[in-house]
Amino acid sequence: MSPILLIEQVLNGLQFGMMLFLMSAGLTLVFGVMGLINLAHGSLFMIGAFAAAAVAAATGSFLLALVASLAAAAAAGALVEVLVIRRLYARDHLDQVLATFALILIFSEGTRWVFGSFPLFLNIPPYLSGPVTLPGGIEYPLYRLTLIAVGGLVALGLYLLITRTRLGIRIRAGESDREMIAALGVDIQRLYTLVFALGAALAGLAGALVGAIQSVQVGMGEPVLILAFVVIVIGGIGSVKGALVGALLVGVTDTLGRALLPGFFGLFMEPSAAMSMGSSLASMLIYILMAVVLIAKPSGLYGATV
Amino acid sequence: MTLKSLLLAASVAAMPVAALAEGAVKVGMITTLSGGGAGLGIDVRDGFMLAVKQSGNDAIEVVIEDDQRKPDIAVQLADKMIQSEKVDVLTGIIWSNLAMAVVPGATAQGKFYLSPNAGPSALAGKGCHKNYFNVAWQNDNLHEAAGAYANSAGYKNSFILAPNYPAGKDALTGYKRQYGGGLAGEVFTQLGQTDYASEIAQIRASGADSVFFFLPGGMGISFLKQYADSGVDLPVVGPAFSFDQGILQAVGAAALGVKNTSQWNKDIDNPANAAFVASFQAEYGRLPSLYASQGFDTANLLLSAMAKADVKDTDAFRAALEAADFASVRGNFAFGSNHHPVQNIYVREVIQEGDVFTNKIIGTALENHADVYAADCKM
Repeated sequence: MSPILLIEQVLNGLQFGMMLFLMSAGLTLVFGVMGLINLAHGSLFMIGAFAAAAVAAATGSFLLALVASLAAAAAAGALVEVLVIRRLYARDHLDQVLATFALILIFSEGTRWVFGSFPLFLNIPPYLSGPVTLPGGIEYPLYRLTLIAVGGLVALGLYLLITRTRLGIRIRAGESDREMIAALGVDIQRLYTLVFALGAALAGLAGALVGAIQSVQVGMGEPVLILAFVVIVIGGIGSVKGALVGALLVGVTDTLGRALLPGFFGLFMEPSAAMSMGSSLASMLIYILMAVVLIAKPSGLYGATV
Repeated sequence: MTLKSLLLAASVAAMPVAALAEGAVKVGMITTLSGGGAGLGIDVRDGFMLAVKQSGNDAIEVVIEDDQRKPDIAVQLADKMIQSEKVDVLTGIIWSNLAMAVVPGATAQGKFYLSPNAGPSALAGKGCHKNYFNVAWQNDNLHEAAGAYANSAGYKNSFILAPNYPAGKDALTGYKRQYGGGLAGEVFTQLGQTDYASEIAQIRASGADSVFFFLPGGMGISFLKQYADSGVDLPVVGPAFSFDQGILQAVGAAALGVKNTSQWNKDIDNPANAAFVASFQAEYGRLPSLYASQGFDTANLLLSAMAKADVKDTDAFRAALEAADFASVRGNFAFGSNHHPVQNIYVREVIQEGDVFTNKIIGTALENHADVYAADCKM
């Protein structure tokens, strides 16, 4: 494998990782701060993508579509928190899984009811489409570079929000002792709604950004949701930094595994066996990574020590 | 326990068996109407029901159920339809793995199964059954046609990719069966994969002169959009599944000019097809897809057999089905010895008509093509 191809694959891994980060940041916040397992996070991803596709089709503006994805997902998140999730904090995780699984079904069939069963069209805006030539002669799609940049900016923004603002202090306080900050006069219900809407908005943004290079269809959120859970388990539940590192690890491992393993097995096996062996192992690789991390650090890379 | 089963037996015996008119046929349609693959099932259902409606034949009764693309649910539905609904004919299944779960059991119980889509090789060869008919194609057919087209287009070094599951492996096997050139690379992707950056980078570095891919549904949409944005401009070939009417609008201009292989297209010139395309549009407000055409043909095949024989007379009804005496939207239509179609497979090109993306036939890839498994079929 040439160095140029290798660099290109690392960039692909970074870009995939950044998208996973947008998805898992919200999930880990909700899990860490509110102690809630939210399976419906993938539906919020889908809502973001559908809102963006609908607005892009109506107005033709990709920026407006992104704004719509943020707004729609945040609104759906806040609504769900107030109507359903609020009743689940005191329940055990199994009840939460059951209720949020029901939400997935409701959102999926609801979306089909509104938009129909056929995939929607959402495309990259002309000013971001096509490849650019990077130093070293690497041709790389501009849109994917933009995705890496957006992911980085969101990571920076979240870091500042959590470490430098009053809201961030409250989020961290809520994470460590819920009763205590309620006793200190913080409106914990409003804080939870806000955190949930923030997580939802990030998932919606990811859905819109990814929707432009993938297929906007019902059920698009669930495969990503599984990866997002892997990411937050690796990173440590509740840690946004862990989500970033975990997402990049998963993204790069998955991409490089798919690119390199078949060739590696090809060194000492016949091509078709190497191909199927390599692809099979590549699809297991992130779960192996998760197992290794959990053996070395049972609470994840940046998880609070139990 | 004994009392309970006695009661159960008594209540079953007391249930009135639905009395249908002489020559009437009850059809059980199990298809995918919810979840990610619903577009295909809805098209098959709409095509099928359009033909039933147009026939004006009220001796046909259709029970429709959603399998949710889950084999276990499909099996439950089939049991329910056979045992309590007492259907005579089953149809509707889209996915090969669901067909494998349902078809052998249904045909073993003496029911007819008419497949409007799935055509796994196991049911075409050793596992064929005299009551199983496939109206669409054997799974390998469209891929074989893509290989034949690649030869005629002069491609010498193809990069081929498909998901890592049985139909994906059949696809690459089918392509290689006809394609005579070399391979620049052969990649199995993950089923349901949405990001193809890694594979596209490999294509770019491989020195290939063409790309063949089989990525049905959303996977194909993702691949084509990312491929178009990557700056790689090698010609792409594939089976019709990724260029179908239902998903072309979601791919948009990224698919323009791509060659794909299909046994049907809306511009096949025969009266049945012209009437089908026009009436489908009038009825549902959208262009019909490949799957809709298959549903339509399946219903017409069934109706043609009903006109000739009573479904209770199994041998006569089977002979009527084998005759395939109906006006197919594909033009000439005949079954091979294993009850799979022997048909032309065309090469289509994706074009834009106004603001709708659709396909146009540009040539014939394979004429009167039958599948290679027929030889293994002993009925």
